[in-house]
Amino acid sequence: MTPSRLDVTFAALADPTRRAILARLATGEATVNDLVKPFSLSQPAISKHIKVLERAGLVTRGRDAQRRPCRLAAKPLAEATEWLEAYRRFWEHSFHHLDGLIEEMKALEDKSAAERGKGDLR
Amino acid sequence: MNVTGNLTITTPSDTELEIHRQFNAPARFVFDAYTKPELIRRWMLGPPGWTMPVCEVDLRVDGRFRYEWRNAEGAVMAMSGVFQEIDPPNRLVSTERFDEDWTGGDTVTMIVFSESEGKTAMSQTIRYSSKEARDGALRSGMAEGMEAGFVRLDEIVSA
Repeated sequence: MTPSRLDVTFAALADPTRRAILARLATGEATVNDLVKPFSLSQPAISKHIKVLERAGLVTRGRDAQRRPCRLAAKPLAEATEWLEAYRRFWEHSFHHLDGLIEEMKALEDKSAAERGKGDLR
Repeated sequence: MNVTGNLTITTPSDTELEIHRQFNAPARFVFDAYTKPELIRRWMLGPPGWTMPVCEVDLRVDGRFRYEWRNAEGAVMAMSGVFQEIDPPNRLVSTERFDEDWTGGDTVTMIVFSESEGKTAMSQTIRYSSKEARDGALRSGMAEGMEAGFVRLDEIVSA
């Protein structure tokens, strides 16, 4: 994916209504009319959002001239997700190691404190 | 195993990434783990299969550090940096650059450790030279051929 394509994808995803539309389309295709009611938006408003999503490659539309059903296009979304997900994974795994290491460091310090304590009693 | 923990990654501006995480220990432990080579190489490893055969840290202002990672398949990734500010155990600022320079020049990393009631909140802000640089970095070698999961839409977009 080229940087500009990724930019377009993220810009399209930046809007909560468009994310909600994608979530709806994830459950199956829908026409613009199908989307008007649940989103309480006008048909032109929905159409506008769909156009942005289409441009970002996130939605494709059927050829049926009357209905032109909208479908979720998974690939750009997967690429965008993968992009941030890989970064998150690096740190998630690293921090998980760090949690274990910190417990070890604390235990070690407690142990040496206890040993010092014993020494004082002697 | 809950690897997710309480990690959050946000994009506070076009050129920044911010990572937040809590640790169950006072700040001095976390600071040490971030600055002592024998400790760093035990945790800053990413996904299974990676090790850090080279980890050199000269912990003083203008001092350099270098990390080199290697995975089981022989892939190599490396970065170097220079410390700008060191304020144990609260704050660490450095400039960094990967050998492959997929970040389009140096990035500035500011790490703040805030201790409260024996726990430490860590915030790590990475500032890139441009938006393209940040996005490029995220698409880069950090990615190691992972499976895409677009259902996690909420996770990325709420960032």
